[in-house]
Amino acid sequence: MIEIMTQPAVSFSSVSKVFNERGDNRVRALEDINFEIQPGEFISLIGPSGCGKSTLLRLVGDLLQPSSGVVTVNGQPAAQARLKREYGMVFQQATLYDWRTVTANVQLPLEIMGWDKAKRAARAQEMLKLVQLEDFHKHYPWQLSGGMQQRVAIARALSFEPSILLMDEPFGALDEMTRERLQLEVLRIWRQTQTTVIFVTHSIPEAVFLSTRVVVMSPRPGRISGVVEVDLPQPRGFETREHPHFFEKITEVRERLRQDEVKVASS
Amino acid sequence: MSATALNPELPAPAKTGLPPAVRRAISVIIVLLAMCGLWEGYKAIGEVTGNKIPFTEIPLPIRSTDNSMPHVWRMAATLFEPARRGGEEILLVILLRNALFTWREALVGFVIGSLIGFMLGVLFVHSSLLERGLMPYVVASQTVPLLAIAPMVVIWGSRLGWPAWASVTVISAYLTFFPVTINTLRGLTSPEATALELMRSYAASRWEVLWKLRVPAALPYIFTALKISATTSVIGAIVGELPSGIPDGLGRSLLTFAQYFSTGPEQLFAAVFISALLGIVFFGLVAFIERLVIPPSRRLE
Repeated sequence: MIEIMTQPAVSFSSVSKVFNERGDNRVRALEDINFEIQPGEFISLIGPSGCGKSTLLRLVGDLLQPSSGVVTVNGQPAAQARLKREYGMVFQQATLYDWRTVTANVQLPLEIMGWDKAKRAARAQEMLKLVQLEDFHKHYPWQLSGGMQQRVAIARALSFEPSILLMDEPFGALDEMTRERLQLEVLRIWRQTQTTVIFVTHSIPEAVFLSTRVVVMSPRPGRISGVVEVDLPQPRGFETREHPHFFEKITEVRERLRQDEVKVASS
Repeated sequence: MSATALNPELPAPAKTGLPPAVRRAISVIIVLLAMCGLWEGYKAIGEVTGNKIPFTEIPLPIRSTDNSMPHVWRMAATLFEPARRGGEEILLVILLRNALFTWREALVGFVIGSLIGFMLGVLFVHSSLLERGLMPYVVASQTVPLLAIAPMVVIWGSRLGWPAWASVTVISAYLTFFPVTINTLRGLTSPEATALELMRSYAASRWEVLWKLRVPAALPYIFTALKISATTSVIGAIVGELPSGIPDGLGRSLLTFAQYFSTGPEQLFAAVFISALLGIVFFGLVAFIERLVIPPSRRLE
């Protein structure tokens, strides 16, 4: 097998983030993060509340700037990647505009990027087909269930074909069954579009099920306390949850998280 | 967003019975009849007890004689009689013509005030420095009594050579811009943090964020303010006309009929009624436009 040396999709070099540097509630959210994400990976960030995983995600997106260190996206500074619109983002709340139809919502980033009407409409239809909602293109967000709204949000995030997808606990507000269904959807979309996905979650089974690697973060100040390679067979599906390795991996991640807890408790 | 219909069809059909508009009209008429009943009831009591509270010697707070409290049907009838003895036109026509005159002043003031209010809101959302600096003055402007400002504006206006109605327009604008400023600012800052982060992730310019996100999000708030301002601009116009000496308009009508209250009280009541009607109609017009612009799911009701 020929190993092609590609540049990492995302790399953190001695990155730390402090909030309110000069204020009373100074918070060391992240400390000395050094990590690389290769193109096409599916990375989950998992850790206790306050470990900085959402902060880390926003550093990739240049929605926050590091206090020290460098965040590189596709070989350039994160800020430049943002200006070139190289990533899409999905939050826990779908954040759709309720004055726009589903298709108009998906077209929003394309409007901002100056695409012409016909191209926008065509791409929106394509994306809605990808998330299997093409019949709802004229509906309004309030007419859709939470799971459907998230699918629209995913369609919107991928409408301009970014190479990276950032997801901040996107299924956190949904019920178990919808969540499992959407996990399969995301995996399917990931395989089809070959995007690099960075996925923040609270759920260990979700992280293991979806990812190629799980990054475990320690409590504040957030550090990368460990990385678990998930070598479960692809493509993943219902059988994956029955695979013996699945439970082993879950245990491995859980142990890693518990070790951090013990460390904090004993310090 | 709360998860609503799992079935993506439109909301359930209306309940059986009369349509809501008809039901509301009927309730309004019933309340109106009840108020007329109270009015006449009060007068009837006064007649029986000789203008005193029943079973006491204490006089009624408002005299119930026909001179101070004309019968409801007299007030209605007077609209269809000539305003002046031997005059040609019936009162209703005169009042409607004056109402139209007043409304034009109020409308111009409303439009100017709304534009100023909107621009101030946009300015304040983009510069917190300006907001902190100017907002106290914006608020203070509304605490000065209108009755003191109106004559001043009229005098300054005439010194500057404006026609008298222009001063009245200024007063209407003055009363309009405040609620519009406050509500525009509130609406423009209403989008959640994730919506703004999304815009940042699209590298959207401030202009795009304003017109694609903030302004559409602000429309329900802006319309709430516009409905308030519709009525206050009418009040402002009427109050502004009082010291202005303008021969037309509802202000003049109210002054005239207040003067003749002792001989014809029902005319003043009729004029008051038409003034209130003007405010209600203007309010209804703005509410109608709101219904066209904003779908029911988004209204702040």
